[in-house]
Amino acid sequence: MTIASSSPPSRLPLGAAEEARPKPRTDRAGARETRGDGRLAAVFLAPALLGFTVFLLWPTLRGIYLSFTRFNLLTPAEWVGLDNYVRMVHDPIFWDSLTVTVEYVAINIGVQTVSALAIAVLLQRLTQSAVLRGVVLTPYLMSNVVAGIVWLWILDTQLGIGNEIIAGLGADRIPFLADETWAIPMIALINVWRHVGYTALLLFAGLQAIPSDMYEAAKVDGASEWRMFWRITMPLLRPVLAVVLIMTVIGSFQVFDTVAVTTNGGPANATNVLQFYIYGAAFGRFQFGYASAMSVALLVVLSAITVLQYRLTRAGQTDLG
Amino acid sequence: MRTRTVMALTGALALSLVSGCAQGGAAGSGANTVTYWLWDANQQPAYQACAKGFEKENPGLKVRITQMGWADYWTKLTASFIAGTEPDVFTDHIQKFGQFADLKVLEPLDDLDIDDSAYQAGLAANWTGQDGHRYGAPKDWDTVALFYNMKMVKEAGLTAEELNTLAWNPKDGGTFEKTIAHLTVDKNGKRGDEPGFDKNNVKVYGLATGGAGDGDGQTTWSPFTGSAGWHYTDKARWGTEYQYDSETFQSVTDWYFGLAKKGYLAPFTDYTDGANPANAQVASGKAATSFDGAWMISTYYGTKGLDVGTAPTPTGPTGKRATMMNGLADSVTKNARNKEGAKKWVKYLASDECQKTVGSYGIVFPATPDGTRAAVAAYEKKGIDVSAFTEPVTDRKHSTTFSFPVTDYAADVYALMRPAMQDVFANGAPVSGLTRTNDQINFLLGQ
Repeated sequence: MTIASSSPPSRLPLGAAEEARPKPRTDRAGARETRGDGRLAAVFLAPALLGFTVFLLWPTLRGIYLSFTRFNLLTPAEWVGLDNYVRMVHDPIFWDSLTVTVEYVAINIGVQTVSALAIAVLLQRLTQSAVLRGVVLTPYLMSNVVAGIVWLWILDTQLGIGNEIIAGLGADRIPFLADETWAIPMIALINVWRHVGYTALLLFAGLQAIPSDMYEAAKVDGASEWRMFWRITMPLLRPVLAVVLIMTVIGSFQVFDTVAVTTNGGPANATNVLQFYIYGAAFGRFQFGYASAMSVALLVVLSAITVLQYRLTRAGQTDLG
Repeated sequence: MRTRTVMALTGALALSLVSGCAQGGAAGSGANTVTYWLWDANQQPAYQACAKGFEKENPGLKVRITQMGWADYWTKLTASFIAGTEPDVFTDHIQKFGQFADLKVLEPLDDLDIDDSAYQAGLAANWTGQDGHRYGAPKDWDTVALFYNMKMVKEAGLTAEELNTLAWNPKDGGTFEKTIAHLTVDKNGKRGDEPGFDKNNVKVYGLATGGAGDGDGQTTWSPFTGSAGWHYTDKARWGTEYQYDSETFQSVTDWYFGLAKKGYLAPFTDYTDGANPANAQVASGKAATSFDGAWMISTYYGTKGLDVGTAPTPTGPTGKRATMMNGLADSVTKNARNKEGAKKWVKYLASDECQKTVGSYGIVFPATPDGTRAAVAAYEKKGIDVSAFTEPVTDRKHSTTFSFPVTDYAADVYALMRPAMQDVFANGAPVSGLTRTNDQINFLLGQ
């Protein structure tokens, strides 16, 4: 990164820069060439820009507009001002689902980050095997819904192989997904199982960027692995870890599919995470205005968390070099 | 020049994608085709046979049937209304009818001249909206009965006759509670009505669980609330007040869920929509009996290694047995591409001719009496006695039927009642808490 900043790339094409000084005539020619590049750039950017506008910008703006309306999708939207937001503030189920979501994120991200870090460090310090890296990534290749259904079957109180084993060992069966205390932690762990390999791989890539001579120097000085982890690995991995955290926290807040296939928000709203509540309001009850208002609230919460995380972890700076 | 070419190509590609989507959605419908959706795969061959008859009667018209599972069905139907790709005709459920009426996506069918008396009682009338127009033509019906594992019943020394004459009351549960207690067996082989029974280590539950029942309790608590004389709403149709705050309702559900605390009814934690519904609990030998609907007959009787019998729902404090009698209908969509053809098809679906054909497959009870008779005969041929399901409809002296609640805000009622009932069953919340939920629901309906 330091190398890049010491020699900023020239904006002008090389030929134009050389000829620029003596003859103003060729300068115009150079400018024309630059304009030509601009046009070509526009062409290359167009697909992405089109996608961004159609699939992100427009839906976001429209979603914000709809949050101020009563809208059932089939009849025209009716402007209701702040009604949806007032209702949201007074809706105990909304606050409950926000709490449930935060609980989920805390367990999911906590367990996932620690285990991913452990796996990544082990991968880096102990083995360079590509096969092992592949194995770690395997659960991530499975779709969320399939993973959810497989775990639903494994954890089923009566029929699940997980509970058969527990019962076989002489212990009481555990209603992993049907009990209000177990359900959220279990869903969080199912998603840890699926995502931990991917997260570990991202962190592993970050670890690869740490120069190995630092470890060698530390070893010469007699530092233990534990000490090297805290004094070298953690500080130098921080920017990558921060970005990974921001990404995984955003993803985690948006949990939906695992809940939809395993618990359907139950028992008694114990796993009614925010996205699931929003989905129900929109596609179950046709209250698209209210669902949009809750989505905007989620957007605000996520933006705030992202900015905060970015600031706190100084994600844009590195201690390397 | 080159950039322009690229831009033109990009534009053309984008346009073709957009128009391609639009074409894809409308594909298959047109002047000569009627598109028809249903969710029950078991019924598709029967309706395919009907379509053949219809096409013979109406040369030039073709019916295209699409089947998809229950959960996908409603999601796709909703999406199709929004995208304008809805089918011409679809199988409609009374639980969704209120919402579709609200959204104004159904075509009135008054000009089909449906004669209410041509169908089993109550089926045709349910499909009239608050505006007085008809939006569905009766198709079939179902009731709920008690399925039981024949082997377990024999081992318990019980007879089919005893199961056919069960009665219950909210005080001591009557012969019904005694029977399911006797059918319950714990880890040590002790029955539920024997001293030393360990309710925390049950091997076989007397009654399977179908979950908390949401707001309708169709195959869970409704046979009991119904035979105690309770009704969902203040009026048979389009009521404006729900009655989950009634003392009758709350005491009956309290008793019903209390069966789980005694160890006779499988607990909430044993139930999962996807993995372990009531029929799976019976099939795996974890439960001796279960309340389930007529639509499950083929599933229970088709389960390998399970010798199954059926009994009507128990007689309640009113002196009658009770079951929900739910009927499906065929509805035409407001934006049907082939409205003319669609109405003809619905008229044919509602005719004795088609319903007898469907009945002959022995998979569902068609709405016309002749269709029902054909179904009963077809079931008999397969060696299945379905009287536990038909008696409530034919024997009005000893039984009563009630329908699914038809009101506005049906989706909201569901969204509020589902967690509330789960709270009672799963978390042991007091039934009196349902009064608050009921207030919320009635507040909505009063808007």
